[in-house]
Amino acid sequence: MTLLHTESSLYQSNDATAKLAAVDPSRAGQAATDFVEISDVTLSYGGDEGVTAVEDLTMSVRKGEFAAVVGPSGCGKSTLMKLTTGLVIPQKGRIAVDGKPVTGPLDIVGMAFQNPSLLPWRRTLDNIMLPLEIVSPHAQRLRKHKAEYVARAEAMLDLVGLGGFGANYPWQLSGGMQQRANLCRALIHEPGLLMLDEPFGALDAFTREELWGVIRDLHQRKKFTVVLVTHDLREAVYLADRVFVMSARPGRVVLEREIGFERPRPIDLTYTGEFNDVVHELREKIAEARADTPPIG
Amino acid sequence: MAQTDIVSPPAKAARSGPDWVWHAENIGSPVLFTLGLFLVWEVGCRLFNVPESILPTASATLAALWEFRVVIFDNMIVTLWTTLLGFALAIVIGLLLGVAVGWHRAVYSAVYPALIAFNSIPKVAVVPILILWFGLGTVPAILTAFLISFFPIVVNVATGLATVEPELEDVLRALGAKKLVVMTKVGIPRSLPHFFGSLKVAITLAFIGAVVAETSGASKGLGKLMLDAQAAFQVPIVFAALLVLSVLGILLYAITALIEQRFTGWAHRSQNH
Ligand SMILES: Nc1ncnc2c1ncn2[C@@H]1O[C@H](COP(=O)(O)OP(=O)(O)OP(=O)(O)O)[C@@H](O)[C@H]1O
Ligand SMILES: [Mg+2]
Repeated sequence: MTLLHTESSLYQSNDATAKLAAVDPSRAGQAATDFVEISDVTLSYGGDEGVTAVEDLTMSVRKGEFAAVVGPSGCGKSTLMKLTTGLVIPQKGRIAVDGKPVTGPLDIVGMAFQNPSLLPWRRTLDNIMLPLEIVSPHAQRLRKHKAEYVARAEAMLDLVGLGGFGANYPWQLSGGMQQRANLCRALIHEPGLLMLDEPFGALDAFTREELWGVIRDLHQRKKFTVVLVTHDLREAVYLADRVFVMSARPGRVVLEREIGFERPRPIDLTYTGEFNDVVHELREKIAEARADTPPIG
Repeated sequence: MAQTDIVSPPAKAARSGPDWVWHAENIGSPVLFTLGLFLVWEVGCRLFNVPESILPTASATLAALWEFRVVIFDNMIVTLWTTLLGFALAIVIGLLLGVAVGWHRAVYSAVYPALIAFNSIPKVAVVPILILWFGLGTVPAILTAFLISFFPIVVNVATGLATVEPELEDVLRALGAKKLVVMTKVGIPRSLPHFFGSLKVAITLAFIGAVVAETSGASKGLGKLMLDAQAAFQVPIVFAALLVLSVLGILLYAITALIEQRFTGWAHRSQNH
């Protein structure tokens, strides 16, 4: 059984990438269904003379795919999130989500960050219903169809193992529970694209593994597309269909690696030899890629 | 002894022990302490034979309070009115300015240092100028009360709005929320504890401002009354007025504190977890 698939990278000039590049025929026909397309995107904060966060960044994520982005701190991963969701507009290049160019915020996106940032004056249920008050058509329907939406929110809480905690205030929840609620809030309006920026970074190892299971099952069930930014290579390899490695700032994709482990993936997978081989391989490639990166800026 | 939590009094139903224990602790003790203070005052004055022109006894002060109750009450109403007008003005202007400053982080960082610098100017020094401009009357006192009390409101409201977590703002803006929505859903509820907290400070300052302005020149008010009584060597009246001032000050503070607790209970609970 071939556990590992690799796919051609756009960075043929890069040695580290070239070594991994090998076209997987089973994926060849899927280029047309790219859900997120980022091509040659450059973004500088504070105008042209400012900090160049990402430069000539190109990557694409297929519909329903679970993509992970790893890279050194400050390389522009959060910027990539903001670009994809239309919070910042690039100076150069093209970004499209679901075939449409991104020109401003998109409501088919749900976001969750490392900090759960729940509103302390709202009960958990009201917290996770916040997006419904903003996104159309829910915002207009919410008042009349309150019961229906409450039922949806409660079902969502059940799904992440928070059933019965809707009436609690956020400070009555543990950090892991708050992060679960945060995921619910990101998913309540059933977005087609889930953007996660180090959502499990602040959790202990046990809770983190639990939440890996939660997000894995949610993805399996709802079939949305996920872009996960993480510092944790094991997390990336365990959850993702494909891992993108970014260079130091200005960030660009220096390596992409298909992760072929069969789904559903049991957590025990992370303790197997094959799994660790992939993690190690990726780690080495990142070290190489970083060494290759010319010091710019 | 009942184990009542002093930091955040638990809801009535959750209190341990019968009601009278709670009352004894939270109402009885302060009352007893205050009575004790008066007793010490009275006994001390008599024991050391303090002349009335320096410190009248508690009983003489209370007698003066009763004897001149009409005059004192009239002047108290003026002081109260002055304080409340200045305070109301401070709330309106403070809120408007606070929202304007806190709306954009850039404006906030630009204006905040200036605000703090301005706040540290002793506003009492402005009273003579105000009297020069507006003459002897209630206007300088109202303006002093306003000037001295609106800064804490501006600073707190602006801080509450400007310190909305950028991540939360991103989550909302990514859903297509406009700035106004971000403000009404997050910024304003979030700054309410700051706002109500600042009201406690502001009401005390407004009261101080009003009285100080009255003592430096006004036609009416407790401050003016004290000034007049002092000039006429009616020392018991000075202390009677002082007594009324402290009771009024405590009442004003207590009312704002109650309002604060009523509206922003969540902030207190979420902090001590
Ligand atoms: N709002 C901003 N204004 C100016 N510069 C910014 C802004 N946000 C980010 N930057 C700069 O852009 C670069 C990339 O930032 P970004 O937050 O995308 O990094 P990151 O990869 O998410 O880092 P980390 O892993 O530490 O979260 C950094 O050098 C940062 O200083
Ligand atoms: Mg980041």
